[in-house]
Parts: sequence; structure tokens; C-alpha cells
Amino acid sequence: MEQFIQQLVNGISIGSIYALIALGYTMVYGIVKLINFAHGDVFMVGAFIGFYSITIFHFGFFPALLISMAACAVFGVLIERIAYKPLRNATRIAALITAIGVSLFIEYGTIYIRGAQLESYPDNIVPLKNFEIFGVTISGKSILILAVSLFLMMLLQFIVHKTKIGKAMRAVSHDMDAARLMGINVNNTISATFAIGSALAGAAGVIFGMYYTKIEPLMGIIPGLKAFVAAVFGGIGIIPGAMTGGLILGVIEALVSATGGSLWRDAVAFVVLILILIFRPAGLLGKNVREKV
Amino acid sequence: MNLLKKAKGFWGTIVLVVIFSVVTQLLINGGTLNSFYVNTLFSIGINIILAASLHLIIGVTGQFSIGHAGFLAVGAYASAIITMKLGLPFPVAIIAGGAAAAIAGLIIGIPTLRLRGDYLAIATLGFGEIVKIVFLNIDYIGGASGMTVTHLTTWPWLIACVVITIVVIVNFTNSTHGRACISIRENEIAADAMGINTTFYKVMAFIIGAFFAGVAGALHAHNFYIIQPPNFGFLKSFDILILVVIGGLGSMSGAVIAAIALTIISTFLSSYPEVRMVIYSLVLIVMMLFRPQGLMGSKEITSFLKLGKAAKGGVHHDGKNTVA
Repeated sequence: MEQFIQQLVNGISIGSIYALIALGYTMVYGIVKLINFAHGDVFMVGAFIGFYSITIFHFGFFPALLISMAACAVFGVLIERIAYKPLRNATRIAALITAIGVSLFIEYGTIYIRGAQLESYPDNIVPLKNFEIFGVTISGKSILILAVSLFLMMLLQFIVHKTKIGKAMRAVSHDMDAARLMGINVNNTISATFAIGSALAGAAGVIFGMYYTKIEPLMGIIPGLKAFVAAVFGGIGIIPGAMTGGLILGVIEALVSATGGSLWRDAVAFVVLILILIFRPAGLLGKNVREKV
Repeated sequence: MNLLKKAKGFWGTIVLVVIFSVVTQLLINGGTLNSFYVNTLFSIGINIILAASLHLIIGVTGQFSIGHAGFLAVGAYASAIITMKLGLPFPVAIIAGGAAAAIAGLIIGIPTLRLRGDYLAIATLGFGEIVKIVFLNIDYIGGASGMTVTHLTTWPWLIACVVITIVVIVNFTNSTHGRACISIRENEIAADAMGINTTFYKVMAFIIGAFFAGVAGALHAHNFYIIQPPNFGFLKSFDILILVVIGGLGSMSGAVIAAIALTIISTFLSSYPEVRMVIYSLVLIVMMLFRPQGLMGSKEITSFLKLGKAAKGGVHHDGKNTVA
């Protein structure tokens, strides 16, 4: 039982990291209908920026988090402006191939610049004790991860539902042409979406680094794919869907590793993906949309 | 008359290929070609089969599959089991590799091909990863440390497989079934409305593509002495994808030319793997920005030489309506 609750807590922690990355996927997909394959690599870049600001510039955890988020936001907008914007009217397949290209470019560009070696996050950035609740030890890091991601998700909900840019984002994702006719600056709105999504990925990167301590240039691939699975699971394009999808996926993974299938952990996400695509392609919270000709 | 002309062109090409392969075999036997060139030649052959098989799925049928390395892995492992564990001859292994991959294609194709565009891409990517993880966890075939395979791939086998692959895929593309596949690429809803059983043809193209990827897997396994699951990951799928994309989506000769050119380039860049990947990814981005239809578009080399329209992969319309 104790083991079970501990695994559940681990699952929720990793799940909230997936959820943070999934939010970026889902927002971008909701607006430009593009799977931003490079999103997992923005997450990786965020982890490295956080690492360098902690080790070289000796910032604390929260300043590093903010720096990483800001830098990733700029990075995301650059990617969008340089690679995706010229392709907005191209075929979907062309956009998808470009996204794969951008992703590989970031990964191998990073390896080219700094080499492929691992870095490990310093262990003592956040002096947190482990808690003991009902006889179950829960690490302080897990609580911190959960708190930070919940705060960021609430902030995102606030931005999307209460601010002007959020309203513009919702309008553009609903109908881009109509939004343009209503005088919304579609290009800026799309850039803002990329900025917010990438900032969340950057935050996820720093948290991931702190939790798992090991970071490397190809670390973004698997969490990125799993976060995409989470986004599809919850219903792509739907923000609460990405959060629930991420958390559920994290918990499923933790439970699979707890029952002795830790070698199969990475396969579980993809099995979940194929099952959800077969039985409920619109995702948990999605609605089936009829295709019009 | 026309038929005679076509047949003449076909047999002419076959004769040329036979002469080429005999000369190459003599050069290999005589030691004029050292092992570096021989290895490059073998890689080119395997990559041509892979590019042609993916060309059928992406270029002709328009189904964006990025888990092709999964089929390669299935073929490689199935054939290795046939020769190494069961001790059966190599030709059986080639066919078994293809058949195993085709069955995998059927199993994965029926559920996922109902999906479109992006979802299909992700599902096939997931399939590739699942295959890799399954092979990692089976001790019978060596798990993570892989499986050693004797070198059985010879030049005649390789060239025969390449020729058969190309002939089958070109003829398929030009058949009624191939036309149906092209119509699915151009507009799936319209094809459906015209009474084409789109799911059937998508699965069919998928199975044929998977079969030849499995054949390539058999040749690959018996060429490189060792097969390990991590070699069949997403990056391998990407290596195959880039051949098709750069050659031109819908152009068989484009895929073949890209396979030859890129294999030679990557052999020279093999001591700088990250530079190679940076260049590849930049080429991919620039290509999509400035020439999204690939080098050859959907044209074939024969249409430049005006030798006839023997291998035309249909015309791409550059509008937004393409299904994938």
C-alpha cells in the first residue's frame, strides 16, 4: 500500500511535467493544426538554460525557472517566425516534415555546439525535506513540482480566459479567417501562442532537470512524444484535456513500473496512444467533429 | 506497338542492370573494389529498397508513415531467427523477413489507417517505438545486446531484390490498384465518393511497403553482422523518410536517386555524425520552404528523357487539398 501511494505520487509528479509540455502541443495544434515536433527540444533547451543559469550564474531555482521560461518563449517565437510561418498555407505534410527537420536541427545543433555528454543538475538547489504523511514518505521535490505546475496551469487558464490575448487565441483557434476579418492580428496571436507554450516547456525542462538530475541533448525526444500522447489522450486542442491526459499518463506509467514492467514503461504510452486513437480518436474531452466536404 | 515499345524499354533496362551487376561482381571478385566501396554499394542497394517501399506508402498513397524502421526491424529479426536459430537457407530468410513485416503491416495498418495525416504519423511513430521496445525485452533474440548474424548478403541477391522491388512497385503504381492509391493521395474523400474502397487500398499499399521493408531488413541483418534494437529507432525511420522527401513525393526515380546520392554523402560524413544530422535537417527545412514537392516532384526520370511514360506516378496538384 505504502509502495502504491509512493508510486502514485511519482506518477503525479512526472505526469504534471508531461502535462506542462502537452499544453504547448495542444495550444499550437489548436491554432495552426501543426504537430510541433520541435516542442520536445524546446523543453530540452529549457533544461539546459536552467542548468547553466544555476551552475554558471549561481541563480536560485526560481530565478533560473523564470530565465529559462523567458528564453524559451523567445526561442519558440523564433522557430515559429523562421520555420513555420512561411509554410502556413502549405500542405500539412510539408509542415510536418519541417517540424521534424527543426527538431533534429535543434538536437544535433546542440550536440555540435556542446557535445553529447550528460550534465547533472546540482542536488541542493532547493533545500526541501521529505514529508511523512500517514506513514508514507513523500519527497519535497514531488510536492514542489506539483505546486509549480499547478500554479503555471492556473496562470495559463487565467491568460486564456480572462485576458485580451487569450480571447484572441481562442478566436483564432476557432476560425482563423473570421478572426482576421474581425481585426485580430493573427500573426501576433500565433506568435504569442508559441511563446506561452514554449515558456511552459522551458519550465517543464527545469523541473525535469531538478527531479531527474540528468540532462542531455536528446532528452527531449521521449518526453516530447509522451506529452504529445497525453495531448491526444485528453483531446488535442483542449487545454484541460492536456492537463488530465498528462496526469493520467504519468500515473499509468508509474503503476506499470510498480508492477514490475519498468522495461516496458516507454511502450505503454504508445500502446495507450494507439488504443485511444482507435476507440476514441477525439480524445477524452474532445467532441467528434463531422468532416465536411 | 506501344506495348512492344514499353516491353523493349523494360527488357533493355533489365539487360543493362544484368551487365552492370555482372561487371560489379567481377570487380568485387577481382579485388578492384575494396571493402569500403563494396560496403557503400550494399548500403545503397538496401537504401534503394527502403526508399522504394516507403515511396509506395507516402509518395503514391499519400499516407504519412514515419515508423518504417519498425518494419525494417521486424524483417531483420525474423530473417535472423530463420538463419541463425532454425538454420534454414538465406532465400527462405528473405521471404520470411518480408512476410513477417507484411503481417506486422497488416496488424498495425488496419486500426491506424483509419486515421488521417498527423494522427497516422504519430501512430506509426508509436508503432516503430513499440517494436523497438519489444525487441529490447525479448531474451530469445538477445535483448539489448542484439543478435549476431552471419554475413550472407551477396551482390547477386542484393541486386535481384532491388530489381524485383522496383519492378513490382512500378507495376503496382501503374495498375488499376495503383491508380486507386494515387486517387486516395489526391483526395481521399473524393476517392471514397467515386466508390474506391479507400481503407482496403491503404492497407494494401501499407502491406506491400512493409513487405519490401522486411526484405531490406533481411538483407540489412545479413550484411552488418549484428542487429541491435536501438539501431531501428526513430532516427532510422527519419533516414528513410528523408530519401523519399528529397527525391520527390510521388517519384520513384527521385527516391532511387536520393537513396544513391544520400548514401554516398553520408558515407563520407560518417566520421562527423552530428554534422551530418545538422546538414540533413537543414536540407529538409530549406527543401520544404522552397521546393516542398522534392527534387523531382512527381515526375520520373523517364519523362525527362522522353523514353515513354512507363513509370509515371501521377500528377500532384499543389493545392492545399492534398489529404496528407
